[in-house]
Amino acid sequence: MFRDLWAMRGQGLAIVFVILSGVSAYVSMTSVMDTLERTLDTYYTEYRFADGFASVRRAPEQLKERLRMVPGVTRIETRVMAGVNLEIADFDEPVSGLIVSVPEGHQPGLNRLFIRKGRFLQAGREGEVLLNEPFAQAHDLNPGDQLTAVINGRRKVLRIVGIALSPEFLIQIEPGSIFPDPKRYGVMWMGRAGLEAAYDMEGAFNDLAFTLSPGADNNEDVLELIDDLLKPYGGRGAYWRADQPSHFIITEEFRQLKGTATVLPLVFLAVAAFLLNIVVSRLISLQREQIAVLKAFGYSNTDVGLHYAKLVLFIALIGTAVGIGLGVWMGQALGKLYLEYYRFPYLEYTLRFSVVFMAIVLTAGTSLIGVIQAVRSAVRLPPAEAMRPAPPAVYRATLVERLGLRQFFDQPTRMILRNLERRPAKAMLTILGMSSSCAILIMGLFFSDSFDYVVQVQFGLTQRENLTVKFTEPTSTAALYEINSLPGVVYAEPFRNVPVRLRYGHRSYQTGIEGIPPDAYLRRLINTDLEPVPVPPHGIVITERLAQILDVRPGDEMTVEVREGTRYTRSVPVVGITRQFIGIGAYMDIEAANRLAGVGRAISGVLVMVDNPYEKMLMNTLSERPRVAGIASQERVIEAFYESTAKTMLVYTFILSLFAGVIAFGVVYNSARISLSEQDRELASLRVLGFTQGEVAYILLGELAFLTFLSIPLGFALGSAAGAGVVRSLQTDMYQLPFVLGGRTLSLAAVIVLGASVVSGLIIYRKLNKLDLIAVLKTRE
Amino acid sequence: MVSEIVFRTIGLTKVYHMGQVRVHALRGIDLELHAGELVVLLGASGSGKSTLVNILGGLDTATDGKVFYREKDLTQATDRELTAYRRNHVGFVFQFYNLIPSLTAQENVAIVTEIAQDPMTPEQALEIVGLGNRKDHFPAQLSGGEQQRVAIARAIAKQPGVLLCDEPTGALDSKTGVIVLEALDRVNRELGTTTIIITHNAVQAKMAERIIYLSDGKVTEIRQNEQKTSPRELNW
Repeated sequence: MFRDLWAMRGQGLAIVFVILSGVSAYVSMTSVMDTLERTLDTYYTEYRFADGFASVRRAPEQLKERLRMVPGVTRIETRVMAGVNLEIADFDEPVSGLIVSVPEGHQPGLNRLFIRKGRFLQAGREGEVLLNEPFAQAHDLNPGDQLTAVINGRRKVLRIVGIALSPEFLIQIEPGSIFPDPKRYGVMWMGRAGLEAAYDMEGAFNDLAFTLSPGADNNEDVLELIDDLLKPYGGRGAYWRADQPSHFIITEEFRQLKGTATVLPLVFLAVAAFLLNIVVSRLISLQREQIAVLKAFGYSNTDVGLHYAKLVLFIALIGTAVGIGLGVWMGQALGKLYLEYYRFPYLEYTLRFSVVFMAIVLTAGTSLIGVIQAVRSAVRLPPAEAMRPAPPAVYRATLVERLGLRQFFDQPTRMILRNLERRPAKAMLTILGMSSSCAILIMGLFFSDSFDYVVQVQFGLTQRENLTVKFTEPTSTAALYEINSLPGVVYAEPFRNVPVRLRYGHRSYQTGIEGIPPDAYLRRLINTDLEPVPVPPHGIVITERLAQILDVRPGDEMTVEVREGTRYTRSVPVVGITRQFIGIGAYMDIEAANRLAGVGRAISGVLVMVDNPYEKMLMNTLSERPRVAGIASQERVIEAFYESTAKTMLVYTFILSLFAGVIAFGVVYNSARISLSEQDRELASLRVLGFTQGEVAYILLGELAFLTFLSIPLGFALGSAAGAGVVRSLQTDMYQLPFVLGGRTLSLAAVIVLGASVVSGLIIYRKLNKLDLIAVLKTRE
Repeated sequence: MVSEIVFRTIGLTKVYHMGQVRVHALRGIDLELHAGELVVLLGASGSGKSTLVNILGGLDTATDGKVFYREKDLTQATDRELTAYRRNHVGFVFQFYNLIPSLTAQENVAIVTEIAQDPMTPEQALEIVGLGNRKDHFPAQLSGGEQQRVAIARAIAKQPGVLLCDEPTGALDSKTGVIVLEALDRVNRELGTTTIIITHNAVQAKMAERIIYLSDGKVTEIRQNEQKTSPRELNW
């Protein structure tokens, strides 16, 4: 058996590679997903991530006792949260931050901190802070460094004593933005007493976190009771963990990752298994004579079958074992990569037994099926007949030739065509194998096309401002004229954001209604044909995704609960659907939005189109104004978008491309290798008759090239279908990906498949040069 | 008989290394073969006759000694030159025909005439071997003898300088073998192609003008055959 293995080492190796790729891609991707989920779960439990949150303008600490009495609440943690502007040495752009209080000298009861570097805050030491790791890393800040915060208009120097992680700020994101930007927004922790003093919050709190008893999960009564208690103090509404920004984003990202991590690896493994089956059955067909000899010696069909089953299983299991090993290794490496992105304090690498089991069963199963198919057809012949060489294969003129095109082909080309037509199944399988790897490549690569398209539509058509300026609270329209008069401002447009919960039937969604002027130039709504449409004077326009979530159609009446000010509840008709790829939102005429909120003509912020050279200066000027809560630069938003999406997708893309390349190579090489052993006699005869190496190679490699060229368009079609399917499973509330396939993706996929063909072609060409002309003439097969 | 010398070998030696063992296939062969003659190489298997023909045909290289095809020294030729030599000057006929199964009889001949310098048409070549009416058949549709005759047509279609036949009847029964030998004899007579036939069958040697006996890598005897017999009268 080992001699057999050695004799077919080239092909065996190719099989091992195919299995290896399939199994390791499957194992690594699946295990990374399991690992991330398990890690998140343990991290949340161990660091006591709260079940619900609420924020309030300013409530007395005594209220805590009454909150604790709310049925279902097991633990309550009050705290002070202060939005601040930060000044960091060597960074001349505005940076905003959030300081969260922790009890003096000890860990909070909920949302505990993991200290990565340095130490925890000491009781009574004023001005000590802990920095959230992503922010610290973005500015290379370390324990011992200092930074300045503007708290309530007063500058205060803060000393960094440690770098920390919190389950609450796994993703630190500025309220209102969609993507994290750790350079311009950071979270830090400070002792309660110090922060109370600096923020005028002595004896009071403005935020709380709570946990629930096991039975009280998602009991809306709890939220209502808490809201009632907080209302007199300017309560802004309690919400569940599900709506907590960091958790929300991480859940959405995990959901998306899971979409890719479940579908793709399975496709991968299936393709590898399919290839394995082809290769194995063809390998055994070539052993026809040896099988006859074995049978002549008296081995039964079962014995012969077992022999090959052992042989192939041996190869398959080597591939699977190495593949699992490699998959675990890659899974851990990937996990570490994600660890940097998701900021878990540790990683619990998880490899489920079922994953390993699945890999083994699939590879072993498909190879065995291949063996059975092949052995069955090999033993069908009586041994004596099988030992004789196969009679000349039956050929006929191909369809294209019968159509009268024969004269256009020289003999070698006719050989290629007839070989293909005589074995259409073989040609189809080769094409299918190659096009599968092409399709896998497309599935891995198309994301960047979709992302580009999203950016093009979102920032080219609908959000055309350079800067978004947000005020700390609704402000008079005078602010618009003030900003308009600043140097560098080309055009400024107001917007009004009203926080709401939208309800339709039993469905609800918490978001903000954005009021925009009827003649809006910077913030435009577009319909599904991407044409700009004006915002109607009455009613509400919602994004496609929101319409889907709430299951509403234009004409339906929605209940809108305003979550600020006097907190009206009103019924508003849906008058339109707008296409928006990033974020979920609702739009109204700015006047109508103000009427809804129950205040006069107020604006929440201004969109600015600015002359490029003035942008930085303008940002600095604006960030010094006390009423300005934040400034977002369009450019930065796009950067952040690419960064956050790229990180989640890029790694998979890389693995996919690598393995799709290997699979393409495996298919092409095996196919060519088998063709070579089927045709070596003919090819050697032609060499003897005076054909040059190049002319002989044309016959073999021309067939390969022909199949490769056919497989690429098919691969494009398969890839588009599969990609569209993957996209459907990837829709999140953060962004809705359209399926867009760009020329770059298609050409890259084609180039990788072609490259794999060329490499295997070259290897075969070298083998062709080593054909033993004399031996071929002496023996029959 | 004084005629042009086609092949001349001087001290031709071939040693194969098979693992640790050195096999002397040819031990110093000195030969001259003349234009237009029909020579039979006779010897038991392992006598070196195939090795000799392979070297003459440019399929193998000598370990020592010289081989000249007309003025050309084959022992100095590169692989590329040997390919061109086979392409333009040598016609081969093998024991197992070695036809291309995916091509018809006519196409099997055409594959050679397409690359040759001064070929006859495939139809002419098939006519010479008596298969003009079967030109559109694929190898699978032809008997062994017919396949071998297609192979002969393929070999002669390029109008080669020499025709090298290695056991051309080895896989055929005697009746079909005779038909194949007749075809070779006819080619030799009508086209004047220098023809070398390898066989271990002494009966077949009777059709030759000269018979060269090989044994253990050496020429043991060269005999002029005064009474050349027509293949039709041979029987084995």
